[in-house]
Amino acid sequence: MGEPLNLGSGTESTIVLDIAFWVISVSTIIAGLAVVFMKDVFRAALFLVVAFLGTAGLFVLLRAEFLAVVQVIIYVGAISVLILFAILMTRDTEQGSPSNRLRYPAGGVALLFMGAAIFVCFNSDWVLLTEFLQGGVGEAPGLSEATVAKVNEVYADTIPVIATLLLRDYVLAFEVVSVLLLAAVIGALALVRER
Amino acid sequence: MSLENFLLVGAILFSIGMYGAISRRSAVVVLMSLELMFTAVNITAVALSRYVLPAGLAFDPSTTSDLVTRSLLTGQVFAIFIITVGAAEVALGVAIVIMLYRNRETVFVTDANQMRH
Repeated sequence: MGEPLNLGSGTESTIVLDIAFWVISVSTIIAGLAVVFMKDVFRAALFLVVAFLGTAGLFVLLRAEFLAVVQVIIYVGAISVLILFAILMTRDTEQGSPSNRLRYPAGGVALLFMGAAIFVCFNSDWVLLTEFLQGGVGEAPGLSEATVAKVNEVYADTIPVIATLLLRDYVLAFEVVSVLLLAAVIGALALVRER
Repeated sequence: MSLENFLLVGAILFSIGMYGAISRRSAVVVLMSLELMFTAVNITAVALSRYVLPAGLAFDPSTTSDLVTRSLLTGQVFAIFIITVGAAEVALGVAIVIMLYRNRETVFVTDANQMRH
């Protein structure tokens, strides 16, 4: 398995990719904090757009280009506009976003959850794909040549594979989710209809 | 840039969203915090499907290549479903916020403590 892996272009930790990762993730987290702590709701919604764009960047770094495009179209393009319209229609922006009585318990719960999640993520024994591609770990054998070639082929062009998964393996979930969207549209229309 | 880094970003974003969803009074900010939590879950799902080898492959080297194709991108397909559910949720949430404002002249969830109007 000496040939360079196609997969490597997203996996190898080059300095440029590392810098890109840290810049994107730090700005995403700062934007997330601004969404929650900003006094002006309108500006918080604009920072939400920044957080969504940063997430799209993280998807690109994870070699999920299709998902990055979907993220930009749906979240940045549609959901943010919907939330901005909600803010404009309710005109409560001048009151800001005060917190309720649960402020300190909520902070405690969130910090506790974050600690638990970080503990799990650094203490789990992950079975990493990259290690197996480079020839196996411990007593477990590495992947066969055919499998490595297949992995490279999948990551060279992910969209056909995603389409196959959506329309063959998860077709039931696909149909259910379209019914859910229809129900949501009808429900939203029925809710805001003038009586 | 490793699996742990991406999981760390996901965990921090999820906690921020969790704090906002529990502690803020304005329903619009609660909706935005929920969207942050959805996004964090998406990052985690995609990172796990990108870096972690499916167990069927790891301990059975004779698995067919078709299984590789099917299992490598499952996280991305899950993320697509999560995005769809998030979009439906935000559409309904905005409708409910607008209804609340129309009936009560407020968007604060602390004032919406009765089912009738």
